[in-house]
Amino acid sequence: MTETVAIMAIIIVKAAVILIITLTLAAYMVLAERKLLARMQSRFGPNRVGPFGLLQPLADVIKLVTKEDILPKEADRAIFFIAPGIVAGTVLLTFAVVPFGAPVAICGHLVQMPVIDLNVGVLYFLALSSLGVYGVALAGWSSGSKYSLLGGIRGSAQMISYELSMGLSIVPVVMLTGSFSLSDIVAAQHSVPFIVYSPLGFIVFLISVAAESKRIPYDLPEAENELVAGYHTEYSGMRFGLFYIGEYVNIIVLSALAITFFCGGWQGPGPDSLSFFWFFFKSAFIAFFFIWMRGTLPRLRYDQLMHFGWKFLLPLALFNVLLTAGLALGFGWRVH
Amino acid sequence: MKDVLLGLMEAFWTTLKEMFRKPVTIEYPERRRPLPERARWRIVLTKDPDGEERCVACYLCSAVCPVSCISMQSIERETDGRRMASWFRINFSRCILCGMCEEACPTYAIQLTPDYEFCKYDVLDMVYEKEDLLVDGQGKYPGYNFYRHSGVGVVNQKGQNPDEYGPVDIRGNMP
Repeated sequence: MTETVAIMAIIIVKAAVILIITLTLAAYMVLAERKLLARMQSRFGPNRVGPFGLLQPLADVIKLVTKEDILPKEADRAIFFIAPGIVAGTVLLTFAVVPFGAPVAICGHLVQMPVIDLNVGVLYFLALSSLGVYGVALAGWSSGSKYSLLGGIRGSAQMISYELSMGLSIVPVVMLTGSFSLSDIVAAQHSVPFIVYSPLGFIVFLISVAAESKRIPYDLPEAENELVAGYHTEYSGMRFGLFYIGEYVNIIVLSALAITFFCGGWQGPGPDSLSFFWFFFKSAFIAFFFIWMRGTLPRLRYDQLMHFGWKFLLPLALFNVLLTAGLALGFGWRVH
Repeated sequence: MKDVLLGLMEAFWTTLKEMFRKPVTIEYPERRRPLPERARWRIVLTKDPDGEERCVACYLCSAVCPVSCISMQSIERETDGRRMASWFRINFSRCILCGMCEEACPTYAIQLTPDYEFCKYDVLDMVYEKEDLLVDGQGKYPGYNFYRHSGVGVVNQKGQNPDEYGPVDIRGNMP
């Protein structure tokens, strides 16, 4: 009985800590992106609120919370209210399975660092990212506006297309580990990270993840110069804020997952206590790459996006599954 | 395929390089750009060397103004018949700072100055009356007084200025 209570308490504490840290990081991710993007465009970026603009996220939150919450006349009330929650909620829930550090011994218990070490962690992640599509599609549908609907349709088509190659790019990782648990996947990369075994998979995963997070060059659902703001055109105040937070938490989560699957997760040189640092450092690098990509690439056209997804990325991901499977058989790679 | 990859790498390299360069932004309230000598911003009405206002209320600036932001009322002074504006008003919320009023002015009265920091919280505060527009100096044309070269007898009698002909005999045949 006390055992169960202790486990529950630990899970709740871990969840709360992760929630707070992720939300804060998401806010500062926005600032980091605005700063870096500005520097790439020879500007300064936000530097007025606080030293180096460090209080800008706080000011943004205050602004968003105090803004009027507008419900469009044609909107489908209930769905309109739920949609932002689905986007932010699914993204935050994904973080539950990410191991963000080495196991720590507390009071004689070896506490695993993901909130819950699910034995179907990979499937859980794929399922939640599929559910996230509902947030976009329903937001577009319920707004009762043409732009939102177009954005929602584009968003769902895009995310469903790119989910396939994303799922397929993780298959080699699962094959090599022989487990769906993210902790096992990290443990399996103790000596060699999977990016060495399956570099193609890593590239395909990065590309599809960029499409999944609906950012430039894949920001067609929002495409501000065609669709105003796409599926969140009609949202204002904190409801818009939820979409916004969702997008940036998504970047953090997907960066964390990219390094968990391919770059050895929290593993790195030095003692186990450095694992949190390694996890943060590696994720930050991938997150920087996303910002870098946003500063570099133009938006794809819709048909190019579909063409690239179905006729190039999906066959490539399938080929990678065959290739890695063949090599693993041939050289006897079996890491677990 | 090779071109695509090379192009991608070049693009990423360019943005990365750009990130380590100093931004070109001039951070305005702390630092100001040196203005060009003939910068045109807030409009003033100047005075002549004798300390009288130069404006003769000819309406040329008001007529040439593309956004119709200048309005005035002309009167003649009781003592010597000098024309002047009884009131003179510029609506700076409409003004586009084009400087055409300055070009049209025959007496160098209306001039544009390099003062650009005259924002207001209330749009009605942007309407400047004659008292707000008048300055004590002579602006860009020191020493010029219209009535020492032309006009009705304010300084000298009509046609008696040194660089002026006498009145033309309108009934004569001679050119």
